[in-house]
Amino acid sequence: MKIAITSTGKELTSEMDQYFGRALNFLMVNQDTMDFEVVKNNSVGLLQGAGIQAGKIIVDNKVDVVITGNCGPKAFNVLNTAGIEVITGAKGRIMDVIEDYKKGNLKPSEKPNVKCQLV
Amino acid sequence: MKEITIVSGKGGTGKTSIVASFATVAKKNLLVDADVDAADLHLVMSPTVRYKEDFKGGHKAAINQKICTKCGKCIERCQYNAISADFIVNSLSCEGCGVCVHYCPVQAIDFPQRTCGEWYISDTPVCPMVHARLGIAEENSGLLVSLVRKQARILAEKQNIEIIIVDGPPGIGCPVIAAITGADAVLIVTEPTLSGMHDMDRIIDLTSFLNVPALLCVNKYDLNREISDSIINMAEKNNMQFVGSIPYDRDVTYAMVAGKSLIDFSNGKAALAVREVWNNIESYLQRGD
Amino acid sequence: MIISVASGKGGTGKTTIATNLAVSMDQPVQLVDCDVEEPNAHIFMKPQITLRLAVNKMVPSVDMELCDLCEACGKICQFSAITVIGKKVLTFPDMCHSCKGCMMVCPNGAITESPLEIGVIEKGRSGFVEFIHGCLKVGQPMSAFLINKIKEDFTSDKITIIDAPPGTSCPMISAIKGSDFVLLVTEPTPFGLNDLVLAVKTVRALKIPCGIVINRCDVGDMKTHEFAEKEEIPILMETPDSRQIAEAYSRGEMIIERVPGMKNAFRELFKRIIREVRK
Repeated sequence: MKIAITSTGKELTSEMDQYFGRALNFLMVNQDTMDFEVVKNNSVGLLQGAGIQAGKIIVDNKVDVVITGNCGPKAFNVLNTAGIEVITGAKGRIMDVIEDYKKGNLKPSEKPNVKCQLV
Repeated sequence: MKEITIVSGKGGTGKTSIVASFATVAKKNLLVDADVDAADLHLVMSPTVRYKEDFKGGHKAAINQKICTKCGKCIERCQYNAISADFIVNSLSCEGCGVCVHYCPVQAIDFPQRTCGEWYISDTPVCPMVHARLGIAEENSGLLVSLVRKQARILAEKQNIEIIIVDGPPGIGCPVIAAITGADAVLIVTEPTLSGMHDMDRIIDLTSFLNVPALLCVNKYDLNREISDSIINMAEKNNMQFVGSIPYDRDVTYAMVAGKSLIDFSNGKAALAVREVWNNIESYLQRGD
Repeated sequence: MIISVASGKGGTGKTTIATNLAVSMDQPVQLVDCDVEEPNAHIFMKPQITLRLAVNKMVPSVDMELCDLCEACGKICQFSAITVIGKKVLTFPDMCHSCKGCMMVCPNGAITESPLEIGVIEKGRSGFVEFIHGCLKVGQPMSAFLINKIKEDFTSDKITIIDAPPGTSCPMISAIKGSDFVLLVTEPTPFGLNDLVLAVKTVRALKIPCGIVINRCDVGDMKTHEFAEKEEIPILMETPDSRQIAEAYSRGEMIIERVPGMKNAFRELFKRIIREVRK
């Protein structure tokens, strides 16, 4: 299982980024080994459509689950179309959030939890 | 951390003067000027800039006359009439779609990203402030608004800031959408005029479209008490929280001329009312926890 | 001749100046409210609307029978309005700028256009004034697009007065572009002046001559007058801060009908504008 978490930093001890499309980094974590790789979010400075492009990054990295704070309808649509599970409303340190996920405390969202940033 | 954006729909209802006073009364707060194409907050907050960075906006086409063969394919394909008969791109009309760049048979068209303004992190006597300046006749004010809000959040997390106060732009278009989306609450500052009421209606629709709770305050309420009353009734009908009225007071203008926030300048009736409004907002935000 | 009424700062009295100027004229005139996010001129003009046009933006729609998922559309689109995910093509109509790039580049002709309504244009009449305004649908970000549509549409054989949106960015520029003269409405306060300076720079970038109207001329300081003198911009009219004007405005009334002498003041303003344009 490959989990992508939006992160403000580059370590498992970093704080989560509350944004999806304009997250600074994605931490791609192997749930079983806790090995991870940092993928810089090139969409962060995009004029518009950051959520859509960030969604594409996730799809291209063959991720199974995304954990983030806020996810708008466009990014949600992209992830959903690719069959990726989305968990919204998470916050805190990356490693704590993953622990929480492993315990089954975090449930996938059925719809986006914020209206889209239209710009 | 809570973030509240102050908007009005109609311009000139007194948003910025009220925001400057909030910043002075609030504690552990941070101020954002999100009215990036006519920013005024710095005039009363005396910011000292600690950090600044260029704001990179959209790409625009530029035709290299030395390579151009004047075949006309770009003119044919441009949907915005942005290329003149002598193959000069009018940057005010160019939307940055890149179609001409793609179809130029001799690669004569450059597509540089443009610097459209600057953004700043500053200290003011009362709190930190994140603000920006959009270049003259530049676009993408919506993105610049998103950017200053994002930077404000990063700063707020670092400094254990509890409340972010955002001074929003007028209207209901792209920069306003960028200033409201995802905020914890919006304060609508209106005035008792038919225009103010009409514009308030549209901004209320926008806040419900974007799913952000809205609070309401009537500025210069004594200008037309009848309209003030119907505004307050309307707020109640829409289940909006009404957080108070502020009377017309020339001290508001005098404070602005003195380059100070109303609260620092005056103990008059408007200053007292603004304090009261802020207390109501604060307890609303705390209840939300 | 096209006269735009604009300002950097909102709420300085643009609509008041535009509507009263239109009504005080003794020749055919067209009033065009381009503040499509918050149109207010109709509150004062109370026009009889005779024509209502939906304004559509053309956005792509994809025929999946013809699509081979080559991603050419997603690559050319600068606005992320179309993208290929797996075996599907997603479109995001509100991001689309109608550049037609995706249609042009599709090798299979799989993309056609379909309309998305972003607002309306209404036309009518109020007394001798021909009235046009646009109203943006709530939640639509692209007000400049609607403003450009209004301007494609109006006749220019008579005097046209444009009520422009506040600010100095795209909507304001779209509204004033192509005008013969811009009237900048301000108030003599630090906020008013700061935004006036920005508006003057914008108008000058567009190479349009301008003049200033100072409303509530007695409330602040003299710095606006000093600025106008230094920059050699004519001050064409000043109105005092008056409870009578403010109250008439609050009720949606025309000040030329409520305040004695105002009608002549606006006629004088128009003469001065003509003189400036002829310079």
